[in-house]
Amino acid sequence: MNCRAEVLEVSVEGRQVEEAMLAVLHTVLLHRSTGKFHYKKEGTYSIGTVGTQDVDCDFIDFAYVRVSSEELDRALRKAVGEFKDALRSSGSDGMGQISLEFYQKKKSRWPFSDECIPWELWTIKVNVVNLANEQERQICREKVGEKLCEKIINIVEVMNRHEYLPKMPTQSEVDNVFDTSLKDVQPYLYKISYQITDSLGTSVTTTMRRLIKDTLAL
Amino acid sequence: MLPYAMDTDLSSQDRKDLDKFIKFFALKTVQVIVQARLGEKICTRSSSSPTGSDWFNLAIKDIPEVTHEAKKALAGQLPAVGRSMCVEISLKTSEGDSMELEIWCLEMNEKCDKEIKVSYTVYNRLSLLLKSLLAITRVTPAYRLSRKQGHEYVILYRIYFGEVQLSGLGEGFQTVRVGTVGTPVGTITLSCAYRINLAFMSTRQFERTPPIMGIIIDHFVDRPYPSSSPMHPCNYRAGEDNGAVYPSVEDSQEVCTTSFSTSPPSQCVFTVTKTHFQTPPPVVTDTLKVPVMGLAFSHQPAALGVGSADMGYPVLFAGGLNAAHPHQLLGPGKEGGVPPVPSQPAHGTQADQERMCTPLDGVHYSAATPSSSEDTETVSNSSEGKSGSPHDLLETIFIRKVGAFVNKPINQVTMANLDIPFAMFAPKNVELEDNDPMVNPPDSPETESPLQGSLHSEGSSGSSTGNTHDDFVMIDFKPAFSKDDILPMDLGTFYREFQNPPQLSSLSIDIGAQSMAEDLDSLPEKLAVHEKNVKEFDAFVETLQ
Repeated sequence: MNCRAEVLEVSVEGRQVEEAMLAVLHTVLLHRSTGKFHYKKEGTYSIGTVGTQDVDCDFIDFAYVRVSSEELDRALRKAVGEFKDALRSSGSDGMGQISLEFYQKKKSRWPFSDECIPWELWTIKVNVVNLANEQERQICREKVGEKLCEKIINIVEVMNRHEYLPKMPTQSEVDNVFDTSLKDVQPYLYKISYQITDSLGTSVTTTMRRLIKDTLAL
Repeated sequence: MLPYAMDTDLSSQDRKDLDKFIKFFALKTVQVIVQARLGEKICTRSSSSPTGSDWFNLAIKDIPEVTHEAKKALAGQLPAVGRSMCVEISLKTSEGDSMELEIWCLEMNEKCDKEIKVSYTVYNRLSLLLKSLLAITRVTPAYRLSRKQGHEYVILYRIYFGEVQLSGLGEGFQTVRVGTVGTPVGTITLSCAYRINLAFMSTRQFERTPPIMGIIIDHFVDRPYPSSSPMHPCNYRAGEDNGAVYPSVEDSQEVCTTSFSTSPPSQCVFTVTKTHFQTPPPVVTDTLKVPVMGLAFSHQPAALGVGSADMGYPVLFAGGLNAAHPHQLLGPGKEGGVPPVPSQPAHGTQADQERMCTPLDGVHYSAATPSSSEDTETVSNSSEGKSGSPHDLLETIFIRKVGAFVNKPINQVTMANLDIPFAMFAPKNVELEDNDPMVNPPDSPETESPLQGSLHSEGSSGSSTGNTHDDFVMIDFKPAFSKDDILPMDLGTFYREFQNPPQLSSLSIDIGAQSMAEDLDSLPEKLAVHEKNVKEFDAFVETLQ
């Protein structure tokens, strides 16, 4: 099975990195999260309810919708925070990318560890710009807001293609498809990683493990 | 609880389920769209235990009035080929002008997907489509407009069923597809067509001049004056706050007053600035109808007792314009065709109730300088009609001096002509205009001495009489002497928050409503009282000597 890959590019100012990344990641996860499954008798399950909330950005003229789950928000913020710090401290010309990968676990027999098979990969390439004065920052606020609107439309377009999605699992398989560790929502299994491109163009890879507790390591 | 069904044929149960899904999907679609235009941030909670009442496993509140409207529009039918469910979002100003912003269409076409599982796949895809709708409703231009509604305009919705009508969106509207879901009976498509040209005008009695900036004026071409009639015969319901109904046009002024004041906690960042930096009493302030950064709908809570807010202002929308002044007159429409000013007492009693073009406050204008025509217009357009007590002439002139800054007729306004006083303080973001199709920078007159300017404003207002350009630009609010808004609480925020101070009680209608006759009648009593105390007065006078 091929992994579907989408790449988005944004140019933002340093202080906008966090909000821009969160906007994109939350929008993707909104579409890739369901309510918690409650399995009943054989073969049937019920699904919990996903709430949503509006988020206003402080540094961008933009607002987005995210899943109402503080755990999920915290996890994303942590990942994006680390990405932002890495961007800042790398001393590079501010180029990097953050990736959100959805995968399925395939159990292998002991002693082999389980495989993680990605089925969708979202990559956001970030270019951090430095602006000289408040004038430009104001323009940047609006421009980045418009750009993010376009990105949201792109994301929705991809989601709408109704391409491959993992089959709904049975109770025993649910942890191979979904992240069941959150108490209020259930996103597909995902992991976030990032790369910073230094000024020489080579990439310094820093891979982060899934932030949500995972029972099995890769 | 959604059972995991194994059916693949469209059984009668599936058919029933499908119809139910489509029906509730349509209702939820309407809820999402309308709630996204209420001007508030929406927040619903996730719940891990299914309640069984959350359709599509999404926590979407049901506003009863909205559901009622939607059901009424659907009238028991479902979207089918040629019969689409449409939600029209429009904007209505406090003067009664309105403009369609978006049309959301839920359509069905004939392309069937017979293989798809209704109770599982279709349901989940409908859920996904609703999530996409949640996301997309925040990225169209109307979202930001709706977040700022309250003082000068409101966002309204209308649901209709049948043929999609996109003609009200102006030229060059854009469309965005939210998504599609194939079903065994057809493919459901959800899309949005939205206006990108936000310039509109109200023709009223004014002639039209060709647009300066080439902004297309195609709206309200034939609207009679003074017209505030709804654009469509269907119900207008406020999309704002708790579904308050907006009453008929003639009451719009009153309604706007009250409804705005009870509108949800305003997240309006850009309120119309009709203030200026002197903070005169609101009464007089409002006579300065100036176009503003942000939304160029003038909000005139109090005027010198003159009503007739039906002379709507053309409004131009522009983004990010610089201006040293928060209030620049953009009202060419106001300046044409104004009836001459009759001489009348300064009390606005009669004007209070008249929403149509009313006699103007002659007293005010007896002190007027030659630019009376402009001011006449200004005053006549005040929306609230609350009368103000007579002002002394000096104050009037003083106030009008600010008006003088904004008297520059539109036909002198050009992209390049940013002849702003104190220009060095103005943010230099002229380049924004290049990017903004709706830009039409308001210009402010060149006077150095304000007082001087008012006395010599005939040049501007005089010529402005003939200027009937009707474009208005909505521009960002950038207060005078303020550098860019960086800090949370800065001059701009201060202006916005405090620009509509409550009416002074001494200037309230009640007091102003007293006629001269009553004043005279009460004089003998007052004299009698004073005569009784004449000894005290004498003693007092002696102490002063």
